[in-house]
Amino acid sequence: MFGSLIFHLLVILGLSPLLAGIIARVKAKVGGRQGQPLLQLYWDLAKLFRKRLVISSTTTWLFRAGPVVGVAVPLLASLLLPFGPLAAPLSFSGDLILFIYLLGLARFFTVLAALDTGSSFEGMGAAREATFAILVEPTIFVVFIILARLAGDFSLNEMFVPVKAGFHSPAGIAVSLAILCLFIVLLAENCRIPFDDPNTHLELTMIHEVMILDHSGPDLGLILYGAAMKLMLSAVLIADLLRPATGSPLLDTLAFLVILLLLAMVVGLVESAMARLRMIRVPQLLIGTTLLSFFALILLLR
Amino acid sequence: MTQFLPLTCPLNSNVFLLYQVALGVLLVGALLPLVAWRNNRLAGVLGAATALLGSGIGLAGAGLALLDGGVTTGQLEWSSLGLNLCLRLDGLAAFFLVPIFLLVFVGALYATGYLHFSDGSLQGARHWFCYNLLATSMTLVVGAGDSLLFLIAWELMSLSSFLLVTFDLADEAAKRAGWIYLVATHLGTAFLFYLFFEEYRLAGSTEFSAFTVLGNLPVAGAVLFFLLALLGFGTKAGLFPLHSWLPEAHAAAPSHVSALMSGVMIKTAIYAFLRIITFLPQLPPWCGLLAAGLGIVGALTGIALASMQNDLKRSLAYSTVENIGLIFMGLGLWLYCRGRGLEMAGTLLLAGALVHVWNHALFKSLLFFGAGSLLHATGTRELSRMGGLLRRMPVTGLLLLVGGGAIAALPPLNGLISEWLLYLGLLQAGQGSVGGQAFLFMFFAIMLAMVGAMVLLTMTRIIGIGLLGEPRTPESFAARESGLAMLGAMFLVAIGCLAVGLLPGRVVALLAAPLAVLAKGMTGPEPAALPFGPAWSLAGLCFLLLVVVLVASRYYHRLADQKITTWGCGFVKPSPRMSYTAGAYGQLAQETVYCGCLRPVVTGERKAELFPAAWQWLTNLVDPLLARGFTPLFARITALAATGRGIQSGQLSLYFTYFFVVTILLLGWAIFS
Repeated sequence: MFGSLIFHLLVILGLSPLLAGIIARVKAKVGGRQGQPLLQLYWDLAKLFRKRLVISSTTTWLFRAGPVVGVAVPLLASLLLPFGPLAAPLSFSGDLILFIYLLGLARFFTVLAALDTGSSFEGMGAAREATFAILVEPTIFVVFIILARLAGDFSLNEMFVPVKAGFHSPAGIAVSLAILCLFIVLLAENCRIPFDDPNTHLELTMIHEVMILDHSGPDLGLILYGAAMKLMLSAVLIADLLRPATGSPLLDTLAFLVILLLLAMVVGLVESAMARLRMIRVPQLLIGTTLLSFFALILLLR
Repeated sequence: MTQFLPLTCPLNSNVFLLYQVALGVLLVGALLPLVAWRNNRLAGVLGAATALLGSGIGLAGAGLALLDGGVTTGQLEWSSLGLNLCLRLDGLAAFFLVPIFLLVFVGALYATGYLHFSDGSLQGARHWFCYNLLATSMTLVVGAGDSLLFLIAWELMSLSSFLLVTFDLADEAAKRAGWIYLVATHLGTAFLFYLFFEEYRLAGSTEFSAFTVLGNLPVAGAVLFFLLALLGFGTKAGLFPLHSWLPEAHAAAPSHVSALMSGVMIKTAIYAFLRIITFLPQLPPWCGLLAAGLGIVGALTGIALASMQNDLKRSLAYSTVENIGLIFMGLGLWLYCRGRGLEMAGTLLLAGALVHVWNHALFKSLLFFGAGSLLHATGTRELSRMGGLLRRMPVTGLLLLVGGGAIAALPPLNGLISEWLLYLGLLQAGQGSVGGQAFLFMFFAIMLAMVGAMVLLTMTRIIGIGLLGEPRTPESFAARESGLAMLGAMFLVAIGCLAVGLLPGRVVALLAAPLAVLAKGMTGPEPAALPFGPAWSLAGLCFLLLVVVLVASRYYHRLADQKITTWGCGFVKPSPRMSYTAGAYGQLAQETVYCGCLRPVVTGERKAELFPAAWQWLTNLVDPLLARGFTPLFARITALAATGRGIQSGQLSLYFTYFFVVTILLLGWAIFS
């Protein structure tokens, strides 16, 4: 229990920025560039936390609350998830509802912090974030329902376990589709290509980056850190399902960590291979994903 | 003559006494301001004091009754009129009386700061007469022990709230809203008259206690009663598709009345719906499915329309339609589960719906109070004319934020508790069934998740556009914080939101009393199945404190920082007119997510010319059902009725001819039959 808590905190606090570094490195390599160091985000965060703040005179305390909640929530939510063979430090029946609404809490504050600046750019990003969530949340919920049905339990700790039946069984096919949906949700929720481009500099087309235009210094650092932790959370959801179950805790933990890093590489490859979708196409892809998850659910219930 | 007759169960006799005293004080409170009609100030003091006193006493009584959970009956004989009216309190009634008394209390407190009457306008007496009459009648509706008293109280409730909706006589929109409300509520009441008449015919008595014989009805009869109750009470509650009156009336009424109407008045319909169900035998499952289906469709429609409204109070009113939809979804699926042998899951769903009744009363009244404060400070209900109000009204803003978070079911506030019970019920029911039925429950759960995300959009829009950014008008620029009475009222309900969120176990334990009436043999959801123990409270409190401390420390730190204007892509001095509007915020969802039938009617067209000319663009967000359903329907009926208008010529001789003809016909009938 205590050891699991330490491991959770180490992974979520310590390893999260690494994922972003791997993604950037893979993209650079595929693009024929040398790329930034793997640990660039760590240096960025260290630099930002030492900096002074510049903030808009329009803003209120909500503007400062957004980044704080943005870090506190993924941290708390991570405690509800098993990390590989290590059980979740906090687990009870129905915690999947808390998980979803905790993410809602983070979104609530991020969106309000963006709107607090009174800028139409941030308003645009906030509207997109809140609107696309309408299409993403049903998908997450369907996936959770599929896994809950398979596990016969409503706690994330029991739901996110390696597939026992093998991937060729009907249950395995449903889980594979669920994993695919989770991967698309990962891309959408963490504003990766094809939904959003974290490196773009055209405000009119951005979602996440445009919401944080006016944040600076330690606040920006907190936001980047929170975003990295959220990416880690999404990756953990997938890695928990994909990891092998050898029975040896040490091997399982290692495999879990390797899968996390591999996932980051896959995200990098997807980002290299695809172009960002036009904003008008994004809802269509999200609705398609929801339908896919429904299909998986029907397969399971058949 | 009033006499107290403990008939069924020895419920603490103090409870009934407290209830009667509360009823009496509120009734006196309705009449007393009329005595002081010349003096608005005196009428206000009298009205508010009696409302506060009466509801305070009533709250104590209802709270005790809820803890006790027994049944008590009292006879109110009115021998001179030959009437024998009966009052009855049980766990279910007590459960609904608690929020009624609470909201009457805070509403009266809020009104003392909110209302300002010009001298010699008689408005003070008029307002407090209607307010206390509404309070009395709501209390009486829930406490009525026979159908006659129920209908009298029901009608009084409709009329007094109608008078409050049209309180501002100069406001044409309010008058129109009031008429729509009056027509709708009476159409609904027509079904209730039929319902109660049939019940009287079958039971041979108007008393509810005699209606137990209805439990032996054949299925067809039970279904008829169920449908009548769904129609009649659904209209009052604002159940889709009978909700069209609700956004009009709740937006037009003074804000504390909106809070009272949205928070508890429409809940009396839910109470009555449940009461009718207790009389009926086991209903076929499709009945429950019908109610649940209407509920979830109403929830989706309501919240979609709420997220597009520019009028703050209309937006909140549509959100009420959404919440009523969720309550009916819970109740309907409870009935369905009961018919399918999924007792445990059904009880969870019923518990979720019941807790949501309380929760919605708390957070919706908080939001309507907040909307009233913003209206008071800026003189407008339009979101796009507000802005920058969190700086100018920090306490109101914070309390609105609490309300918004609570209604979006964010932890650790109260909205999450009822949604939790609903979700868990749906998941358990889905887990306990196979095939299509499992998919059905899961589909409801997924739709509930979608509604949750849409509520988040709506609430961030209200707070983000209304409270944040720069003020968009001089009035908003000059806005001031509200007075102590208004803040105090909001503070009380906000504490309620937090208390239910942090001590959910206590609230769920209170459900034992209403569940004893509704689900025989069911004491409530297994506490073990819910994580609502001390750990929940502790974790919620810690999280809340952590965030508050972090935000406060960082905000304090900010004082030393450099301040500039918001970055605007090179604009040196951004004007508030450049900031995002309420319309823009909802546009993406409106165009990509929502069904086309919900979109606003846009008039005005841009001419394609070489040089841009002035052009106009008008978006009119009509209620789709009112505009495309009810208005054409009533127009058709009016046209049909007009064809028969020819016989009303207005000539006296013609009417004598009618008399003559009818008399001859009657004579002929008398002779030949």
